[in-house]
Amino acid sequence: MISFQNLFKRYPGGHDALSDICFDLDDGEMAFLTGHSGAGKSTLLKIISLIEKPTRGQALLNNVNLARVSRRRIPFMRRNIGIIFQDHQLLFDRTVFDNVALPLIIAGYRHQEVGSRVRAALDKVGLLGKEKQNPITLSGGEQQRVGIARAVVNKPPLLLADEPTGNLDPELSWEIMQLFESFNQVGVSVMIASHDIELIKKMDHRVLCLSHGQLSEKTAQELGE
Amino acid sequence: MNQPSQTSSQRGAADASQPASRFTAYMINHAQVFISSLGKLYRAPLSNLMTIAVIGIALAFPMGMMVLLQNMQTVSGGWNGATQISLFTKLNINDERAAKVGQRLRLMPEIESLHVLSREEAMHEFRSLSGFGEALDVLESNPLPAVLIIRPTTFHSTPAQVALLVEKLRSLPEIDIAQLDLQWVKRLYTMMEIGERGILVIAALLALAVLLTIGNTIRLDIQSRRDEIVIVKLIGATNAFIRRPFLYTGFWYGLLGGVFSWLMIEISLGLLAGPVEQLAGLYGSSFTLTSMNLLNTLILITCSLALGLCGSWIAVSRHLHEIEPA
Repeated sequence: MISFQNLFKRYPGGHDALSDICFDLDDGEMAFLTGHSGAGKSTLLKIISLIEKPTRGQALLNNVNLARVSRRRIPFMRRNIGIIFQDHQLLFDRTVFDNVALPLIIAGYRHQEVGSRVRAALDKVGLLGKEKQNPITLSGGEQQRVGIARAVVNKPPLLLADEPTGNLDPELSWEIMQLFESFNQVGVSVMIASHDIELIKKMDHRVLCLSHGQLSEKTAQELGE
Repeated sequence: MNQPSQTSSQRGAADASQPASRFTAYMINHAQVFISSLGKLYRAPLSNLMTIAVIGIALAFPMGMMVLLQNMQTVSGGWNGATQISLFTKLNINDERAAKVGQRLRLMPEIESLHVLSREEAMHEFRSLSGFGEALDVLESNPLPAVLIIRPTTFHSTPAQVALLVEKLRSLPEIDIAQLDLQWVKRLYTMMEIGERGILVIAALLALAVLLTIGNTIRLDIQSRRDEIVIVKLIGATNAFIRRPFLYTGFWYGLLGGVFSWLMIEISLGLLAGPVEQLAGLYGSSFTLTSMNLLNTLILITCSLALGLCGSWIAVSRHLHEIEPA
């Protein structure tokens, strides 16, 4: 699914955000990306979601070299990635339903198909009764679940989450992680950037640890040692 | 995961509940945006109405002037003939002699046609066209001479040739005044040409103003929806998809601005029609102000639409690519 080979990212001004990153994420695999703030987690996710380009080295997404994707093709690449943000990035001028429907509208699904898929996604995250509400009336945890429903509604093969539980209490965070796990169980590759060590330990998945732009693999048990 | 370029076809083959074909999806989105952009205008009626009014007024001014000018041209159209020379006979020349002079002149090679207006006919024409008919009733005898109206051949219609001909005719003993009727028609036409030019210049300036107004309105709209644009870009929206609602907003501004301006012109002409008719009546004319014809209306709406689309296109192409997720 994802393959990084000797990847470097240097921002203008000389700051090395990532240096010599090598890792693979297989189809259907779930992994955590952890590290202190500023370690390069966001940069790594931005490279996968085609917001930033690598300075050197190779980043492949489904065997497509991300450095060579033209601007015109970027939107179509992004439709295969469900992105979940810490601050949800919902649109507050429309209903929950319309927020979740957005990726389907963009991809050009038919009207009836949009309705049934949106309801299925909302059902999956437990928000079926709230489709007509404005997301601003929902709690933080519920807003995050709307964000997740929007990310999965067009069934992308890869989910990327950037600190999805950053603003949530442990119980809600655990529920959100369970949700990611359930998507992983049906074959979706999942990559979650998080610095919530306790939560990651409980989940027992592969852990990629970034420190000052360098990557190391750890097991959940090695964390925090 | 499918290769992006093959996404729709592969998915379509695998599962009927996948995105519609690219063309259908494109048309569906156009239809949705067509309606939703109008709805967006409707939800903020006051500010949008002001924008539409600005466009309407800016376009109504030159178009209204143009319509008035066209009306003037129909008034002067009665004289829209070729060069014409009027020969006024001396007052002691009666209608019979005038007719004989006419017969003689018809033989001249310079003259294409000749019409003799007897004293009685001249009187009649003056009464009906001048508006001073009643003044004639006071007079005991007919003060008007017979008139020979001459059209020179095309070859002799050039200013130099005509001047020669007029000189020649003026020297005839029966003729009192030889008058070239070309001059004032020429002057009127030149004035109208200047008017037309002036209106075109004003129209161009106001069109630019409309373009800037629409462009600026759309630019503000883009800026206020910056976050939304970033989000939809992140979930795979193409630039065309993002551009579309703004272009349709420009389209609606153009269309509604054009309709508004048409309405303003019609109302203004309606207000003018009464007094103009009265004035024409005072001159003994049955002239009535004609309002916008179909061609003018089409030109107005087309220009307005084009300005709306151009303005929004300029704003969108200048500002949209600046907004990228970071």
